[in-house]
Amino acid sequence: MITPAIPKSWYLPSKPHKFCPGCGHGIVLKALGEVIDELEIQDKTVFGCDIGCSLLSWNFFACDSTQTHHGRTTPVMVGIKRARPELITIGYMGDGGGYSIGSQHLLNSAVRNEKVTLILVNNTNYGMTGGQMAPTTLPGQKTETTPYGRDPEKTGYPTKGPEFLAELTPEGAYIARATVSKYKQLKRFLKNALRNQMEGNGFSFVEVLSTCPTNWRTNAQQTWHFLEEEMEPVFPVGELKSPFGKGGDK
Amino acid sequence: MLKVVEETKKAFLTGNETIAWAALAAGADIMFGYPITPQNEVMHYWTRLAPKYGRDFLQTEDEISAGFTVCGAVQAGKKAFTATAGPGNVLMQEPFGMAEAMRLPIFAVIQQRGGPSSGTVVYSQQEVALTTYGGNGEGFRIVYSTATHQEIYDYTIKGFNVAWKYRWPTFLLGDGYQAKMREPLEMYDPEERGIKLEPTYPLVGLPGKIGEDREPQHLCNIYSLEEELYDVVTRLAAEYEKIVPELIEWQEHSCEDADIIILTHGIVSRAADDAVKALRAQGIKAGYFRPITLRPYPAQQLREAIAKSGAKKLLIAESSYGQFERLTKQEIYGETIKIETLYMPGVGIVDYDIINKVKSVL
Repeated sequence: MITPAIPKSWYLPSKPHKFCPGCGHGIVLKALGEVIDELEIQDKTVFGCDIGCSLLSWNFFACDSTQTHHGRTTPVMVGIKRARPELITIGYMGDGGGYSIGSQHLLNSAVRNEKVTLILVNNTNYGMTGGQMAPTTLPGQKTETTPYGRDPEKTGYPTKGPEFLAELTPEGAYIARATVSKYKQLKRFLKNALRNQMEGNGFSFVEVLSTCPTNWRTNAQQTWHFLEEEMEPVFPVGELKSPFGKGGDK
Repeated sequence: MLKVVEETKKAFLTGNETIAWAALAAGADIMFGYPITPQNEVMHYWTRLAPKYGRDFLQTEDEISAGFTVCGAVQAGKKAFTATAGPGNVLMQEPFGMAEAMRLPIFAVIQQRGGPSSGTVVYSQQEVALTTYGGNGEGFRIVYSTATHQEIYDYTIKGFNVAWKYRWPTFLLGDGYQAKMREPLEMYDPEERGIKLEPTYPLVGLPGKIGEDREPQHLCNIYSLEEELYDVVTRLAAEYEKIVPELIEWQEHSCEDADIIILTHGIVSRAADDAVKALRAQGIKAGYFRPITLRPYPAQQLREAIAKSGAKKLLIAESSYGQFERLTKQEIYGETIKIETLYMPGVGIVDYDIINKVKSVL
């Protein structure tokens, strides 16, 4: 039997982790752990997380880690990075924290080209609080606060974070959207986002399309269908801005 | 590090300028700020002076961010601070609460402006409740209410030291008058006066190899169980209460035989001091008591002043509508002395305001 390798940078006493069965966070954090190992940055990484589901990652890594409030991971990471530029700062948040309550921090840190790496997990709803509408909820999608489906006339269309961040950031920034259904690509994008910070090029951001069967109320097949067939056409996957150029990320 | 003040010298500065100089002398590494009147010149002077001494500044997108970037920088082990007022103080209650919960040694200057809401940009003492007990917490904070520019200089240096020594969020509570007024003070190098600058240390980004030299740091700010949080808050309360005697500061005079004690804080205590002297000259036995720390409050000292004087009345004068009175009442619960009040929300109080009030109630 082949046992999947556990990243060295994972904090074993906190495993098994506490995410719901079928949640995509575990895949993102697995990829991130492998990237931290490959880049050999475990000892100088500071990992920060929002409240919400992403908070369950607070002791996920054997890296120095800190918690903060909903949406405020970005300024805490900016403060750490400004104080100690030699550290590698990773802010980990959900779509509510990044695109709604903390959007002013995300937007302005991008404009300032802050040399932090931010990872935003998009599962189209507020998971921890019980499945309310998020900025990323799809038109027609049912949530606890859109029980008849999201009506764009009343609540707008899904926020496209990487698209607006790519417009806002100067050269040197790295902006990408990945998905938990394409693991190798996800890992490559996360690695580029961290390399970009290590090289001091600028702001680095990866949105990751993820799954939430608990609040979507979907079985395994429906979950994967929603991710690949419903979400991906609205949120195209790829690198939107990269200082490494085409093929330069290998 | 380049000395900020070589030899003790007389200066004639605004309060905001004084804060920038004192923060430099205290060894502050970085300021995070967002414009709001009347604290703006703290940033203006800091941004001019800081690069000359290798210090840093970031103008953030709002006060929430300024507070949280300060929280991040102190976790990384740097002396960081901010300054704000009014609605900015409201927004900063979120990061200030995090600093209480996580014992982060942040230092913040509050230059009170008029309220509620946008109020005025000028002056008040209406941020007493917010600065002492704001947020969804228990008021585990240290708040110095200054009255003179010399005190602004002294307590800015002390504020950084106390924050890093005890690890509670620490505040200098000034106001628009103190911010903008110019007056003489003595600037000095703290170490020349034997004031040791507290060393800093990081909570994250520690040296050493994880798993070999050290364990990873997992800083916690949210808990799963009621009992977990209960234990945390109970421990915080015990640790805070323990250091109260070391922190409390107050001023009093003329209370020994006083018929009426005048209780004020901050810049209003200058009017109270003048009023007590004038009343005494007229044969009226007035006493003066002023908490310098509003958190923790010198409750025992005030009770003793009341007891030894045998005063019949306590006059509380403040540039707000009872915030200081409520703070005081909860601290001296059980005293039977009659409390008279002079509320002048959002406007200055001068000696004859207090003298007239005293004469009307005696």
